[in-house]
Amino acid sequence: MENNTLDIIVCIKQVPMVSELPWNSKTGTLKRELAQGMMDPASRLALEAGLRLQRAGQSQDRRIRVTALTMGPPMAEEVLHQAVSLGADHGILLTDRKMAGADTNLTSFILGRYIRMFKPDTGLVLCGAQTSDSETAQVGPQLACELDFPAIGWASDIRLTQNALVVTRLVDDFMETLEMDLPGLVTIDLGAFVPRYAGLAGVAQAFASPKIDVVDADDLELDRNFNALEDSPTRILDVFSPATQKESRVLKGAAKTVVDQLFADYGKIISSAMGKDLKKK
Amino acid sequence: MSKNSTGKDIWVLGDYRNYFKNRVTLQILARARALAAQTGGQVCGVVFGHDVDEYAREYIAHGADRVYVIDHPRLKSYGLETFTNLLTRLARDMKPDIILIGATRFGQEVAPRVAKQLNTGLTADCIDLDIDDKGLLVQIAPSFGGNLIARILTPKARPQMATVRPGTFHELPHDNTAQGEVVTLDLPEDLPSERVRCTHSEYRPAKALGIEKADIVITGGRGMGSKGKFKKLFDLAGLLNAEVGATRPVVHAGWVGHEALVGQAGKHIRPKVLFSFGISGAIQHTAALMDADFIVAVNKNPNATMMKLADVAIVADANQVCSGIIRALKEKIRD
Ligand SMILES: Cc1cc2nc3c(=O)[nH]c(=O)nc-3n(C[C@H](O)[C@H](O)[C@H](O)COP(=O)(O)OP(=O)(O)OC[C@H]3O[C@@H](n4cnc5c(N)ncnc54)[C@H](O)[C@@H]3O)c2cc1C
Ligand SMILES: Nc1ncnc2c1ncn2[C@@H]1O[C@H](COP(=O)(O)O)[C@@H](O)[C@H]1O
Repeated sequence: MENNTLDIIVCIKQVPMVSELPWNSKTGTLKRELAQGMMDPASRLALEAGLRLQRAGQSQDRRIRVTALTMGPPMAEEVLHQAVSLGADHGILLTDRKMAGADTNLTSFILGRYIRMFKPDTGLVLCGAQTSDSETAQVGPQLACELDFPAIGWASDIRLTQNALVVTRLVDDFMETLEMDLPGLVTIDLGAFVPRYAGLAGVAQAFASPKIDVVDADDLELDRNFNALEDSPTRILDVFSPATQKESRVLKGAAKTVVDQLFADYGKIISSAMGKDLKKK
Repeated sequence: MSKNSTGKDIWVLGDYRNYFKNRVTLQILARARALAAQTGGQVCGVVFGHDVDEYAREYIAHGADRVYVIDHPRLKSYGLETFTNLLTRLARDMKPDIILIGATRFGQEVAPRVAKQLNTGLTADCIDLDIDDKGLLVQIAPSFGGNLIARILTPKARPQMATVRPGTFHELPHDNTAQGEVVTLDLPEDLPSERVRCTHSEYRPAKALGIEKADIVITGGRGMGSKGKFKKLFDLAGLLNAEVGATRPVVHAGWVGHEALVGQAGKHIRPKVLFSFGISGAIQHTAALMDADFIVAVNKNPNATMMKLADVAIVADANQVCSGIIRALKEKIRD
């Protein structure tokens, strides 16, 4: 890495807009077509972290380039346009049928393969700590293994010195300050930053700009038989709806009526949990 | 290294830092015992550290048949790359069938790395674990955003790996008479150097909210309507001497702080009485409250899952019922 340039890659996932989507009871799969995609909130903060470093670099005469990287279906391109409108220099979409159904192991493999083949000079990779749709918190650490980068998880703040990164984080009741030489990888915790919003001009410009590259399995020279779904070590055996467990007593009616009923029949349970007597009235 | 493993063994990574608060290793050992009874394997704790005898003994008292220990001054504090390297090596060498790791932040950093190095799968945040008729580990975890539970297998790759959030399982009582073997292993010489330097570390325990221990908990969800209306739950909590919890959308909307989050990603609660207002009952939320003795749920929708889990399901507006209970209590509380 040259001293006055730094290439940052921010890994961004597109996730469904709502967490409770309807599903197909026959196949047990999500009706994804009903879900609008959005940028995963933690990825958004990772991008924010990258953009803040980029801006800090400008005042120090340091050239910091931010590339947004996503793997997903073609429609995931939207989050890249959004990233560019927010200030990213480039967007890269890794998309191919063969990549569909990748678990975290294969997701990190594919992201890592792209970085090694096409961005070998990357100085810093930023990820969200965990996505809102799966919250596995696995892709960041596994990508670090893939690249053999040192890594720090759950950062709440990051600062760049000449060739190192200083990170603060709160984990398992320890407030820590950590230092790491670059290249390296950091995952950003929710709540770390207040993300910026793009003006309308930025959005329009981003959609007009040719800053997005699309990369497929051939470009990555993946094996002809590569199939992320088949190759993932885990298999979903089946999916079921949680069983309801109790014979509930149902109370209906005006608020006053149901509250009176509640105390008449269950007042004892409530008062004993409170450790206080309640008047019968 | 010792080779008395059976090839069916279930390993549990000993995560002992902050021992009196962090009971997740003991909780998982309890579940591992039940799994081992089905597979015929042994339950093995794995402990890296310095002066860690007491933990090895503790794990035996809590269900481990054997504990592998590497005790060395170099392991005095948790080191991510070191622990990852050691666990990966031991697993390559002794081939456990299953590795279970508690989802503390540290466990969440170690587990995916070990899975990656061993090129195996890892299911995060299992709410239950089981063994199927072929002897495979069934990793049971919420899926597809909240209404569904998936059963996941790792058919070919080994070991089968899963993480489990603190509070998911219950530890076994401490058994002083339990017999187990402590196998001490040498620290390999060619350890990787830690590439991350810790320049400052300060123990900063989270403010004890008491929600995990409270006898009465009041939880509110999106159905409370707004931040302003959500506040009413605190008035009720004051009267009931209760703690307030919330669902994820409510926390994300900033109605209340993250420390109030009840669910997989937050706190596990086991109150005597739980009042649940305007909550649909997604599995990520309810997985953390199944131990409540008595549940009163208020929801406009009688078919909400939360209503089906309740002892008393009140079909009404959450705000009105909350106000109603406040009014009633003010009259009923004797001074
Ligand atoms: C990976 C992952 C992890 C997650 N972890 C957690 C977690 O740890 N904790 C957690 O809570 N969630 C978690 N979630 C989110 C979870 O899936 C649900 O989305 C969430 O619990 C729903 O919150 P809610 O019940 O408040 O909102 P909703 O699902 O929107 O439900 C609102 C309820 O209020 C009722 N209602 C509306 N208006 C009224 C009214 N006036 N009076 C009475 N009732 C009314 C509705 O009928 C509905 O049942 C997670 C999700 C994912 C994908
Ligand atoms: N398909 C993907 N494309 C790009 N980045 C991803 C993808 N999946 C996960 N990530 C990154 O990894 C982080 C953690 O994801 P997860 O391990 O799924 O919780 C996300 O916040 C992203 O930064």
